[in-house]
Amino acid sequence: MATLTVPAQTEQIDRLQDVLHQQLEGTQCPMGLALQLELVVEEAFVNIATHAYTQPGGTATFTCQVDQEARQIMLQFQDQGMPFNPLARPDPDTTLKAEDRKIGGLGIYLIKKTMDKCEYAYTQNTNILTVWKKY
Amino acid sequence: MKITKTQAGQTITYVVSGRLDTVTAPDLGKEIDAVTPDIKELVLDFDGLEYISSAGIRTVLTAQKKMNKQGVLKLRHVCPAVLDVFELTGFADILTIEK
Repeated sequence: MATLTVPAQTEQIDRLQDVLHQQLEGTQCPMGLALQLELVVEEAFVNIATHAYTQPGGTATFTCQVDQEARQIMLQFQDQGMPFNPLARPDPDTTLKAEDRKIGGLGIYLIKKTMDKCEYAYTQNTNILTVWKKY
Repeated sequence: MKITKTQAGQTITYVVSGRLDTVTAPDLGKEIDAVTPDIKELVLDFDGLEYISSAGIRTVLTAQKKMNKQGVLKLRHVCPAVLDVFELTGFADILTIEK
């Protein structure tokens, strides 16, 4: 298991992706799934970096755990920003034509669609988003 | 991400490789913003593009909306991983993706 706390700034994203790749090394996680996990890391972290804090100086904590026996990967994202449950957001309408498409909400939707299980909790002033995926 | 632009008459082709994500999507966005109204065909050739996130999808949507007004947008050489993301978000239905 690895945990990393970084400033909640978009340009820190590579440091999270590095942690993910280190944890996936030596597992039999297929390439396609690794890309999906990268996508989840980007979408979840960028949401925190963009929306969580009204003041500069906030941080985000990323945890990645690979359970080789259960063949399951857990990713967790924590921030101390405004309470916000991304999973409660309505899904975007994916049947609209281009002109009517909204640009918001796609990232969370991709997380929900690609992962097996997603949970949100708010405790001790901390937003906690946890996702699991079998491989 | 690497972008290579070629223009032939009223057609512009951008060959985009690498990753189209939060960090790189604005670069492609600037290119698309600069496409002039006389261009009738815009081609995004994703040969070598291995990853796209919602930020990249937004840029493609911006291109689609722009070209709806003045011509056509075509996507070429979309790899399975990128196609997956278009399909999951329902964008495969509103984009012209050439096989």
